[in-house]
Amino acid sequence: MKATKHAFMDSPSIDQVGVEERISRLTKRSIKKESKLTALKMALSMVDLTTLDAKDTPGKVRQLCIKAMHPHDAVPGIPQVAAVCVYPTMVRVAKETLKGSKIQVAAVSTAFPSGMSTRKVKIEETRYAVNEGADEIDMVISRGHFLQGEYNYVFDEIAAVKEACGAAHLKVILETGELSTLDNVRLASDIAMQAGADFIKTSTGKIQPAATLPVTLVMLEAIRDFYYETGKKIGMKPAGGIATAKLAIQYLVVLRETLGEDWLNPKMFRFGASTLANDLLMQIVKEHSGVYQSIDYFSKD
Amino acid sequence: MKNDSEMDSTEKQKTKTLNGVQSNGQDSKGKRIDVLKTYKIYIDGKFPRTESGRYYVLKNKDGDILANVCQSSRKDFRDAVVAARKAQHPWASRSAYNKGQILYRIAEMLEGRKAQFISELSDQGLSMAAASSEVAQSIDRLVYYAGWSDKYQQVYSSVNPVESSHFNFSVPEPTGVVSILSPENYGLIGLVSTIAPAIVGGNTVVALSSSAKPLCAVTFAEVLHSSDLPAGVVNILTGHRSELLSHFSNHMDVNACIYTGDNAADIKKIQENASLNVKRPLIYSKDNWMDDSSQSPHRIMDLQEIKTTWHPIGQ
Repeated sequence: MKATKHAFMDSPSIDQVGVEERISRLTKRSIKKESKLTALKMALSMVDLTTLDAKDTPGKVRQLCIKAMHPHDAVPGIPQVAAVCVYPTMVRVAKETLKGSKIQVAAVSTAFPSGMSTRKVKIEETRYAVNEGADEIDMVISRGHFLQGEYNYVFDEIAAVKEACGAAHLKVILETGELSTLDNVRLASDIAMQAGADFIKTSTGKIQPAATLPVTLVMLEAIRDFYYETGKKIGMKPAGGIATAKLAIQYLVVLRETLGEDWLNPKMFRFGASTLANDLLMQIVKEHSGVYQSIDYFSKD
Repeated sequence: MKNDSEMDSTEKQKTKTLNGVQSNGQDSKGKRIDVLKTYKIYIDGKFPRTESGRYYVLKNKDGDILANVCQSSRKDFRDAVVAARKAQHPWASRSAYNKGQILYRIAEMLEGRKAQFISELSDQGLSMAAASSEVAQSIDRLVYYAGWSDKYQQVYSSVNPVESSHFNFSVPEPTGVVSILSPENYGLIGLVSTIAPAIVGGNTVVALSSSAKPLCAVTFAEVLHSSDLPAGVVNILTGHRSELLSHFSNHMDVNACIYTGDNAADIKKIQENASLNVKRPLIYSKDNWMDDSSQSPHRIMDLQEIKTTWHPIGQ
């Protein structure tokens, strides 16, 4: 794909103070009772249950998949999560375990989490993951090239990986913790969407800070502007550091206020998280029973 | 022109209150306005206000306002339990010797601030003599439990005879997070007598102070805060027992609930709620916390679980 004139060349700059003020206003909303329960269940249905440790084993991945299908059977009406997110070598195990369910398998790719490899290797890895059965690919951008101003390189790389994905959905991880400014976050979002991303994602979860609300707002606004310009709806996935139900609901508020109802579903919005699911479950059970819960009574993934 | 000695007392008073500065030059130092203490709660080693923003007014017997006291909500309790849970394992892993040292340190700090506790207790209605003896007994009780820190395990552990080639032994281990509804009639000793045996055994606690005598509880939190006690091991709330009782007893992440008092309906409620996660409901109904019968290694053991280990041995 040829890099022609891209809209990202004139990405707007971001008013950081304005973004932070808007976030602090939105996070003061009080969400209670039925609305809270609805939000908790919605958040759970949007979780990409993730295990990305070097010590992962097929056994651990199987356990995670079973948790994805049966989050907490003791209470009826609890939704399954949206997807499980694993390394490419674990895709086959995950796919087999999840057979018959609607849960997607996402694989991180392109030398995750650093992205420090050749394009050939990255494309090879992506094809491997797709062949193993991955429904979604989470790629990382080359932050070094981006920060050096080689935007065309980043663009071309995303486009090439998108091509290698075939039918699989592509999520592009910007690793916002390494991009230093909100202006860069906006620019990287625009590049990723122009290059063919189906989702844009904040972080790998390996770098601090990971997802934050201000960064998410900037990315959501980029998605909104892209939609107005092209009519294409791009999804959003904040990942890393979202461990509590309360925080997850705040993300949903920001999502609803920025992109509206059309994005309030697992097809358009995901949470990348490993411990969030259990906190959501504890809050859901608390809403049912009226009693504060203990992690001792919930399965570890 | 009048000189000082001719001024009558009302006139003097007036001069004094004028911007707090005297205009006659004789006594140029104005009367200082005391800085009053804000009584806050103690959660995770910090002193927040209650998240609910509610207060109740505490008055002395003459009807003067002593303080605005936080009326803690169930959410403050929830936050405190999270802190206590986080702190529990690291606290239990401290050596018995170290836990004892810290308890002794609390006693030292309390000794150093004796006067403040005595004055708070007397503000809340005790005679000076009663206040002094309550503070002294509190200090002694902390030393008492500090002493037990590396001894109760020896007294209550056992090597058990078994009919196989096993070395079989039982040792006490902390039950976990303990919620405490502390005695209503004792502002300080009640709190000390319930908290000390819990923490010396490696538990962490969330305690509700007496609602009629809450001042010492907050000041005691300051003592704890300066005694090398890790954040979250003791959390202290002020507020109303009737509002918090069911939350103290039904929280699934609490392993034991101490109730002090003899209200039959409250006791029934606690026992029922405790069954949810089979937490230990401990009812201390005898309302005299001053004498030595209120201190005992059994109070430590009330909050311990016995773990028995089978260890294979050769012939």
